[in-house]
Amino acid sequence: MIELPCPWCGPRNVTEFRYSGEVTPRPDPATATPEEWRDYLYLRRNLRGWVEETWYHGAGCRRFFRVERETESNDVRSVVRLPAEPAGGRAR
Amino acid sequence: MIADNDRNGSTNGRRRASKASQKKVPKYSAFSLLKHGVGSTEWPRAWRNHEMRPSYDVVIVGGGVHGLATAYYLAANHGIRNVAVLDKGYLGGGGSGRNTAILRSNYLTPEGVRFYDRSLELYRHLAADLNFNVMFSRRGHLTLAHNDSSLRTMRWRAEVNKHVGVDSEVIDPSQVKELVPHLDTSESTRYPILGALYHPPGGIIRHDAVVWGYARAADAHGVHLHQKTEVTGIDVAGRSDSGARIDTAGRSDSGARIDTAGRVVGVQTNRGRIAAPIVVNCTAGWSSTISDMAGVRTPIQTFPLQAAVTEPVRPFLHAVVVSGTLHVYVSQTDRGELVFGASVDPFTSYSMRGSLEFVEGLAGHVLELMPALSKVRLLRQWAGLCDMTPDYSPIMGETPVEGFYVDVGWGTYGFKAGPVSGEAMAEAIATGRTPEIIEAFGLDRFSKGELVGEKGAAAVGH
Repeated sequence: MIELPCPWCGPRNVTEFRYSGEVTPRPDPATATPEEWRDYLYLRRNLRGWVEETWYHGAGCRRFFRVERETESNDVRSVVRLPAEPAGGRAR
Repeated sequence: MIADNDRNGSTNGRRRASKASQKKVPKYSAFSLLKHGVGSTEWPRAWRNHEMRPSYDVVIVGGGVHGLATAYYLAANHGIRNVAVLDKGYLGGGGSGRNTAILRSNYLTPEGVRFYDRSLELYRHLAADLNFNVMFSRRGHLTLAHNDSSLRTMRWRAEVNKHVGVDSEVIDPSQVKELVPHLDTSESTRYPILGALYHPPGGIIRHDAVVWGYARAADAHGVHLHQKTEVTGIDVAGRSDSGARIDTAGRSDSGARIDTAGRVVGVQTNRGRIAAPIVVNCTAGWSSTISDMAGVRTPIQTFPLQAAVTEPVRPFLHAVVVSGTLHVYVSQTDRGELVFGASVDPFTSYSMRGSLEFVEGLAGHVLELMPALSKVRLLRQWAGLCDMTPDYSPIMGETPVEGFYVDVGWGTYGFKAGPVSGEAMAEAIATGRTPEIIEAFGLDRFSKGELVGEKGAAAVGH
């Protein structure tokens, strides 16, 4: 069991949150090629180490935030608040 | 057995392998059982330890069922014996030792059904082929439907299965009750059972025995097995944009098309460098970290999947029971233990620690299916790592880097596919052509938009 530090509600059990995936820069719709869209859709870095990702506090404040998580130990170090609607559209 | 070999393997690099360990692998038979059972002679080691050669024709990364099967079929079917299998831990310590040992071929797409059916066929004859008892037990596989949409998917699967020649049918709750009397098939439960997809050829097997059987048979053909040998890098020569990572369509990070993705020339390990013109990534869980070493990007995300086992009880469960809605699958081993598996964890991780919420949820779900199990105690729980792909199908075959092959992205289906993957990968490597049975699973399918959607065949919702 791991705890996530929600920037609005404080530390809560991970079961209260929904994982929205690692932060993947969204290409500009006006100029993106089909290949860039495909990469944005499918390719993740899937690193073993520190990863920046988006989480949603579904069973709490229902807001999005960014955390840096170590994917092997599940340690969390930095937390950043996000606006209610995350940049790059709705989370997956 | 594993522990002994492990210890031997760790010192292998420093001392010459003893004479005894270099002896030819003897055949197991009724006579050898009598000789070693009644007499006082010790059983010989199942496979030998070798000095690491500076170069091999083929280096296989990952000593699980996929890597060992690939090595075995390379030697047995194609006569390619100068092969090394490297594992950073011990053989079968990853996904091959952590799965729930369920075999079936009732998939959703014709490509998937044909592929897994070939695997089941190989599994059926594996004990005789390998001269090793892998304890295959054909006992029928039931996927329960608790709502209309899953019943619809099951009818679809049954039709696809029958079309390809695989025995599968949708049965009603009374037939389910006949097959598994301990299931609560009443209508008063939270998720009443509306029917099931019944797949008689499905069953279970002793997963460690499969690993050991392949290891022993590969060793008998002259394949070198190197345990505690961690790959730390993959050497690629002749790349036009060196250091860049290449995506599924053969383009670099910056988006520019690179003319030559290069070719593999060897691997770096914690025990030194090995030169090899062909390197095969047969790892699970960490496969994307290995592919990254060659500069090949794969659309994979690593999720843990947890499982648990109970104390042994008298045999009562003679089929494999799966419930997608309740996220659980149950089978009873030959020793009487109940093995439970679940869906993958809700977020990516390389951690293999179990969690309390998993056991809590699992217990609740199992009791909804079989209330009679309320007094049974859990012995232990564990987690394994699953490489999930966007379409739940594996990624097999060549990559943009010449000589670098992948057999990855197995998600939750890897163990079932061990033999056929080994057979197909060996053929791909030996002939240089992609066998028809794995044509649909190439890395380039993501850039072509030709996905093979197998999510509907997942035992439980992931």
